[in-house]
Amino acid sequence: MKIFGLIAVLVVGALLLSATSDFPDWRDKDSPANESPVSSFYIEKTEKLTKVPNMVTAVLADYRSYDTMFETVVIFIAGIGIIAVLRNFDGPNSSSIKRENNDEGGGLLARFTCSLILPFIQIFALYVVAHGHHSPGGGFQGGVMLGASYILAALAFGLSKAKDIFSERRTMIFAAVGIFIYVGWGVLCLLFGKEFLNYEALDPILPGDAKMARSHSMLIVEIGVAFTVTAIMFSMYSNLSTRGRLSKGL
Amino acid sequence: MIWQFDIIILIFLVIAAIISLRLKDLLGASMVFGIYSFLICLLWAEMGAVDVAFTEAAVGAGVSTVIMIATVFSTKRRSKD
Repeated sequence: MKIFGLIAVLVVGALLLSATSDFPDWRDKDSPANESPVSSFYIEKTEKLTKVPNMVTAVLADYRSYDTMFETVVIFIAGIGIIAVLRNFDGPNSSSIKRENNDEGGGLLARFTCSLILPFIQIFALYVVAHGHHSPGGGFQGGVMLGASYILAALAFGLSKAKDIFSERRTMIFAAVGIFIYVGWGVLCLLFGKEFLNYEALDPILPGDAKMARSHSMLIVEIGVAFTVTAIMFSMYSNLSTRGRLSKGL
Repeated sequence: MIWQFDIIILIFLVIAAIISLRLKDLLGASMVFGIYSFLICLLWAEMGAVDVAFTEAAVGAGVSTVIMIATVFSTKRRSKD
């Protein structure tokens, strides 16, 4: 069986390697992606039309916000799927008795270091979310970092302590609220008489002109993404590390 | 783009990929996989795709390594094949 795998890998690898010679060079200005009018439109007009210097976020959260909306929904469904497969509701009492005896979480040094470093991680994560349309970052990255900070808390102080802050019920509410913020913002655009997720419609309720409304709306939408991603990352970790019992973690 | 830097990263990338596939210890394999993600993150940052590099550092090298290690503790630590 292994020999067939090797043959398949060699054949596909040779095909892919031979295909790389057709790729345009790095920074080739005549490559198909650069010749199309779409990318030159983004490069020339993004900052004028949306007042957002980070083009990547503008494309993600404004021009292609349908795509990002359903990406967030995909993350939500992945989290629900992990819970559906792994979550084990049997015998929470027996394991909670054991938890009293063996002290979960890291040692003194790990606890102390984490209690020092956790606020900075969370503030940086919130900065990444809030500043995502001006510098690299955005809802996904900031949300993952915020989720990672809760995972670090679970590793250092034990999952039960982390669950006091971020219980399972609260996790799922956060995940749903994130999508609600995103979709609700799109529906709000409909109510103001323009297309779904056309942020210029929200000019009357946001400070600044119609272009600034797009910039502010990107921030709101990123906050929605960050809510969902944070919650789902923590829920994934807590389900995977405890085999769905949500007690007596690593 | 500094090509010497590129070559070094690519060589380490191949080494990390082979090691993470060959290791029998799944904990070690997932850690080496984290190193692989981080090297790809360096490669992207160096090619100017900072947003992608940021995502790779947060998701690939950070959270997915932690989740994989958490999963290894729930299975057998040594791989059979």
